[in-house]
Amino acid sequence: MNWLSEPVAASLIAMLQALVILLGAVLLGAVMTVVERRLLGLWQDRYGPNRVGPFGSLQLIADMIKIFFKEDWIPPFADRTLYVLAPGIAMASLLLSFMIIPITPGWGVADFNIGLLFFLALAGINVYAVLFGGWASGNKYALLGAMRASAQTLSYEVFMGLALMGVVAMAGSFNMREIVNAQEGLWFVVPQFFGFCTFLIAGIAVTHRHPFDQPEAEQELADGYHVEYSSMKFGMFFIGEYVGMVLVSALIVTLFFGGWHGPWLPPIVWFSLKTAAFLVLFVLLRASLPRPRYDRVMSFGWKVCLPLTLINLLVTGAVILIADPL
Amino acid sequence: MSADTPTPDHAAAADDPVVGALRQRLGDHAVLEQATLTGMPVVWIPRESLSEVLKFLRDMPEPFEMLYDLSATDERLRANRRGLPASDFTVFYHLMSIARNRDVMLKVALAESDLKIPSVVSLYPNANWYEREVWDMFGIDFAGHPHLTRLLMPPTWNGHPLRKDHGARATEFDPYTLTVEGQDVEQKALQFKPEEWGMRRENEDTEFMFLNLGPNHPSAHGAFRLVLQLDGEEIVDCVPDIGYHHRGAEKMAERQSWHSFIPYTDRIDYTGGVMNNLPYILAVEKLAGIEVPERAKTIRVMMAEMFRITSHLLFLGTYLQDLGAMTPVFFTFTDRQKAYEVIEAITGFRMHPAWYRIGGTAMDLPRGWDTLVQGFLDWMPRRLVEYERAMMENAIVRERTRHIAAYTTREALAWGVTGPNLRATGCDFDLRKKRPYGGYENFDFEVPLGSNGDVFDRGQIRIEEMRQSLRIIQQCVDHMPAGDYKADHPLTTPPPREKMLQHIETLITHFLQVSWGPVLKPNESLQMIEATKGINSYYLTSDGNTMSYRTRIRTPSFPHLQQIPAVMRGGFVPDLIAHLGSIDFVMADVDR
Repeated sequence: MNWLSEPVAASLIAMLQALVILLGAVLLGAVMTVVERRLLGLWQDRYGPNRVGPFGSLQLIADMIKIFFKEDWIPPFADRTLYVLAPGIAMASLLLSFMIIPITPGWGVADFNIGLLFFLALAGINVYAVLFGGWASGNKYALLGAMRASAQTLSYEVFMGLALMGVVAMAGSFNMREIVNAQEGLWFVVPQFFGFCTFLIAGIAVTHRHPFDQPEAEQELADGYHVEYSSMKFGMFFIGEYVGMVLVSALIVTLFFGGWHGPWLPPIVWFSLKTAAFLVLFVLLRASLPRPRYDRVMSFGWKVCLPLTLINLLVTGAVILIADPL
Repeated sequence: MSADTPTPDHAAAADDPVVGALRQRLGDHAVLEQATLTGMPVVWIPRESLSEVLKFLRDMPEPFEMLYDLSATDERLRANRRGLPASDFTVFYHLMSIARNRDVMLKVALAESDLKIPSVVSLYPNANWYEREVWDMFGIDFAGHPHLTRLLMPPTWNGHPLRKDHGARATEFDPYTLTVEGQDVEQKALQFKPEEWGMRRENEDTEFMFLNLGPNHPSAHGAFRLVLQLDGEEIVDCVPDIGYHHRGAEKMAERQSWHSFIPYTDRIDYTGGVMNNLPYILAVEKLAGIEVPERAKTIRVMMAEMFRITSHLLFLGTYLQDLGAMTPVFFTFTDRQKAYEVIEAITGFRMHPAWYRIGGTAMDLPRGWDTLVQGFLDWMPRRLVEYERAMMENAIVRERTRHIAAYTTREALAWGVTGPNLRATGCDFDLRKKRPYGGYENFDFEVPLGSNGDVFDRGQIRIEEMRQSLRIIQQCVDHMPAGDYKADHPLTTPPPREKMLQHIETLITHFLQVSWGPVLKPNESLQMIEATKGINSYYLTSDGNTMSYRTRIRTPSFPHLQQIPAVMRGGFVPDLIAHLGSIDFVMADVDR
């Protein structure tokens, strides 16, 4: 067994870890589709899907079978290349972002120095999925949805990055592990409360979750940018949204809630519990809020959130300089 | 109940000052008054003076500001027309004055060889669709109409269905087929061409997008199509297209006995249940001269108000859903279920009980009905408070609805808007108070009013109306009169069974009544009610037969849809969706 030298073994383990995290993320995203429906059912005084398997636990499998066997129809008026490309981008860009998330001290895929920037870049790429999907569908509703999506994501990404700069300044690094380690004493949600609020809002907006689901607003655009998609192509948009939800929850936990830190319980449990709490929050938001009008969403982003993040960054910088002058 | 509200139904129509004024203006010979049971003066005027008369009535002090209804009758087969001017087709204009709380109906006689009449769109904007409908149904030409095309029937249809010589039954036609080519033709005919509507495809710097919203769209509340001319998401103009839900209820009424048409009325406003029976039954009872016992009246009021609540609950859930809140609709459906349990126990049916009968109701109340109803009355108030606190006080809901899609009382009346949509503008006009019918004069309740006439007021007012309905139902439970649930009258249908077992004569009468159905004397009657969505009325013409000669069903949703472009120009797509949710229409009520 001498070929199994230490570096080889290490990289094998790393690959295995990466695979587990990748599958875990996809699976979690898929499971969330069912969990969300059950939770909505709970809050809406109804059962939700409870027929397949005990307590509806096999609903996911039934859904998968259904969506895999649906006719994969490409509209004759669609721009084929972009049309097929779009769901791939939607899914891949979000999945790749999981790379930078340190789950426990020992688990995580990549340990970039620019970890946070990597996420912001991929979130930027994610817009293309919606844009391509909406444009290539050759459908007016899809086009309107894509228009909304690009405008919304562009304006919300501006302050999403800025919202995180306070955290970066306090940790002194873009590296996710160092950010987590910097929170050992005090979670960043306390000193960076406004950063947390604005990032949460931006995170919801970027994943197109209610109440920022303007691009797909069912009542207005009849599903928006993915109205022409069917079968697994739709499935990828659909799962992509939930993967995004998991991603943003995990990021919030990493950046503001001390990642795996917590007393008594093992790190993985802490990380999972915190992430789950935010996933539930996402669902609760959907259950409880109406949808603001599209132009209000935009003006809220530019007129409230952006100034808030700038002030937050300014104050953070000032405090750091006063406490620890160079 | 205040006694000062006049009831024109019973007021002598002949001495109406309006008729006098008309006589003075046109001369005695030009004005002919027809005696009817409609409760309003019905005046025949010559075609040449139509525009002049309408203008006079619209602009007089205490004006007739609303064109309540406009339709026509094919008179060619009508046997009993003694004393009426010769006419093959009669167009009638039903005008309403809020200040006078009076109506007047103008009739214009037309000869078959000269089916032309001036359009009155310039006087009353809502005449537009009514005239198109008359063109569609009777083939009467309205000179000067801006866009006289079919409204309810497909653009490719041949013939005019409400003419007496047009078939009414499937067996009178060849079997329906649709070939691929035929489908192409139909689809081509439905394609929207902006030029036909005087719209431009682009202006100096913008190319407009024409968006087909419907006939299948989650927020179209049924098969309803709106073509939007968009600049970005701003609505430059829009054209509503209706008729996808048309079932020819008015035509069917001419082939059904007075009794067997009742179930069809349930399906006019399909969320209104027995509320729909009421105007029809009351109009028939006027023709038959039946006085209904107090118990039957109270039962009818109670059940009608139950359906007002279920209809408003459906409204509330979908209204909030259209604003993007997904949860309320599940809660309101829970409440509706509670109501339906009561309705089901009493009528044996849920949505379309068809439960009122000529002369009463189908059955007496079952034993224990009061505990059931009381259970619902105890359940609802807390829920209404919850809806107000969770939703109507929500900042996003307020932002989405306040000052959105607002119109004034004046605009509302000009477009024929009635019901909660009218009262949201602050106009205090509720028929249950202003012209009490069917026993409403015995109840103590208030008429909730809005002030801004916006999406918010239209929502809030309906929550308040549910409270008032609960109040009315409570009074029904507390003071349900004893007595019969059916009138003791020869035309009561079906006749009380005990009456038939006397001797052969009563048996024969009973047999004829339930087989042929009652025969009503020739006359015309009309009954308006404050239905769930606005004023709904049935204008019945009897020619002394077992069936109606002409049944005109005026529904509130029809003018509400016609008004959409006037309200929405310059709004955003989400505002349009909010507006659609707030005016509470069902397509069955529009298309009939």
